Amino acid sequence: MRIVLAEDLYLLRDGLIRLLEAHGFEIAAAVESGPELQRALVELRPDVAVVDVRLPPTFTDEGLQAALAARREVPGLPVLVLSQHVEQLYARELLADGSGGVGYLLKDRVFNAEQFTDAVRRVAAGGTAMDPDVIAKLLRSNARDEPLAALTPREREVLELMAEGRSNTAVAGRLFISEGAVSKHTTSIFAKLGLAASDDDNRRVLAVLAYLNGA
Amino acid sequence: MRGQGRVRRRTHDRERLARRVRRAEQWRALGLGLRMFRRSLGTVMPLAVALAATALTFCVGLVFLAPPALRLTQCMARRERRVLAEEFGIEVPEAYKPQVTVETLPDGRYRFGRRVKRTVPGQWELDFQQFTTDPAIWRDLRWLSSALVLGVLAAVPAALIGYGLIGQLIPVIAWGAHHLGQGDSTVYTWFLAAPDGELSWPAHVLLGATFFGGFGLAPALVQRYGAWSAKLLSPPRNAQLRQRVRRLTETRADALDAQAAELRRIERDLHDGVQARLVAMGLNLGAVEQLLERDPAAAKALLAQSREASATALGELRGLVRGIHPPVLAERGLADAIRALALDSPLAVEVTEDLPGRAEPPVESAVYFAVSELLTNAARHAAADRVWIDVHHTGDALRVQVTDDGRGGADASNGSGLRGVERRLATFDGVLALSSPKGGPTIVTLELPCALSSPRTSTSYGTA
Repeated sequence: MRIVLAEDLYLLRDGLIRLLEAHGFEIAAAVESGPELQRALVELRPDVAVVDVRLPPTFTDEGLQAALAARREVPGLPVLVLSQHVEQLYARELLADGSGGVGYLLKDRVFNAEQFTDAVRRVAAGGTAMDPDVIAKLLRSNARDEPLAALTPREREVLELMAEGRSNTAVAGRLFISEGAVSKHTTSIFAKLGLAASDDDNRRVLAVLAYLNGA
Repeated sequence: MRGQGRVRRRTHDRERLARRVRRAEQWRALGLGLRMFRRSLGTVMPLAVALAATALTFCVGLVFLAPPALRLTQCMARRERRVLAEEFGIEVPEAYKPQVTVETLPDGRYRFGRRVKRTVPGQWELDFQQFTTDPAIWRDLRWLSSALVLGVLAAVPAALIGYGLIGQLIPVIAWGAHHLGQGDSTVYTWFLAAPDGELSWPAHVLLGATFFGGFGLAPALVQRYGAWSAKLLSPPRNAQLRQRVRRLTETRADALDAQAAELRRIERDLHDGVQARLVAMGLNLGAVEQLLERDPAAAKALLAQSREASATALGELRGLVRGIHPPVLAERGLADAIRALALDSPLAVEVTEDLPGRAEPPVESAVYFAVSELLTNAARHAAADRVWIDVHHTGDALRVQVTDDGRGGADASNGSGLRGVERRLATFDGVLALSSPKGGPTIVTLELPCALSSPRTSTSYGTA
């Protein structure tokens, strides 16, 4: 799997390259600024891009802007954005085109190599990987939403994991319950939120995120 | 064809409307001019009193006369300032010296104002210092002595109209007077008529011109009245500067206090949080080095612990950074940072924004934290459901209005965060206006004078 990596801090870039290569990824290019990133994305067409939000030359949200621009040029180009902080505003912008293949994680998540590489693979396959912090913020800002308040604690747990972008199998593994139980919970959640049920994992995740963003 | 007719009608309507507006303005100006004239008559007595008292004070030495007379002058000036603000919309600042106080010197003498005395000064001495050494009060007296002239000036348009009107009526009046057996009168000649009341046509035209000229002149003259009066009443430049220095000293002290407190908080947080965690991680890693060969399982557990500690430390640093300078603000500027706040709030927040550029970072930061505080208030104290935030830049000020549909009754003085917000804004000469009747809605308006720099480069995607 070919990756374009954008990170301006040498130590972190080096660490990420080592981590990803150790897990069988191929680094097509490792760049350190916004313009370079955009060029690499459009020219190399990697399977997935791993991008730091803050990059030179402006040190603002250069990386995010480059990723969004590249996605406009190459629709559906999988992008996993890493940042020192997560914002609902940025998550919305990444999800806005509704085509999936996006990830948005705190940088700390790379500490757990298995989960991180799992997220990279998920995004590359067109899925989503939202940071638990993003989901927590989303739920907090929807605190007064009645259908959400009607969920049972277990259903809420399932919703949170699902919103992060996990498949039924993964959710079952995390909560130590059977896949059947998870799909029972999901059916109930979708009924309570008034969403159309779907068997496709990705589509389901996007529907939940759209609900949380819209309410 | 019909379309054309409609257009013509519309233009016609617009002209008629403009004429009506102009007419209303002229009448208003006439009324205002006459009111100002009447007020100016009321300044004659106070002026006479003030002049006489000052003369007696400084020529004859009746020192107790000046303070009350000057107090009266000040009182009149204050009333005029209020009228200027209400009727003309001109805010004239006051810059009187602060209250004269008595200070005991180390050698046992007393100092008040510019004087030093061996004995405790009496109230009249304090008053004397207060009123005779304040240039702002002498300036008030200067205004008082020109007030009548200005008042007369404001009445000129009304006088012109009256003159023109009476002049036109002279033939009728003369005709009536003749019938009552009155003869010719020189009074008629004051109005350009012949002694027998006959009015020539140039005189007619002239009187008509005077009549309409009065109307035409009224708005301009009454405006001049306001401008001159304001100029006479505004404090001398150095008094304004003195006041400005006093205010800057105050707000600087506030800002430094706030900053010092902030730094202390950050220091404490770093000391108790991240620093402590790094120390623990260092210790753990040292232990891992020792255990690696002897007890790999224990080493592994310690490593996992260290990883967790580093994640916690990162989380703490993130919180700290957010409190110092929120990342979205640094990355996107004020408008998007406020949108991010709106998204994170549990309330339904609507943001409208019109900022063609970016303000100075300290201003952006102050406004951001102010809005954050207001949103918290709306959720916590006002029990609001919806909030509307409007951010825009007009002229040379940044204005932010935060409206909520909560229960109202907020009070800036009763220890809520509003006082803090007000103080923080004051450093930038910003002001906070609060309107919060019982039952709501609460409207808080922030205004900070500031210029916007370079047009925004980043674009904003979706709305909050």
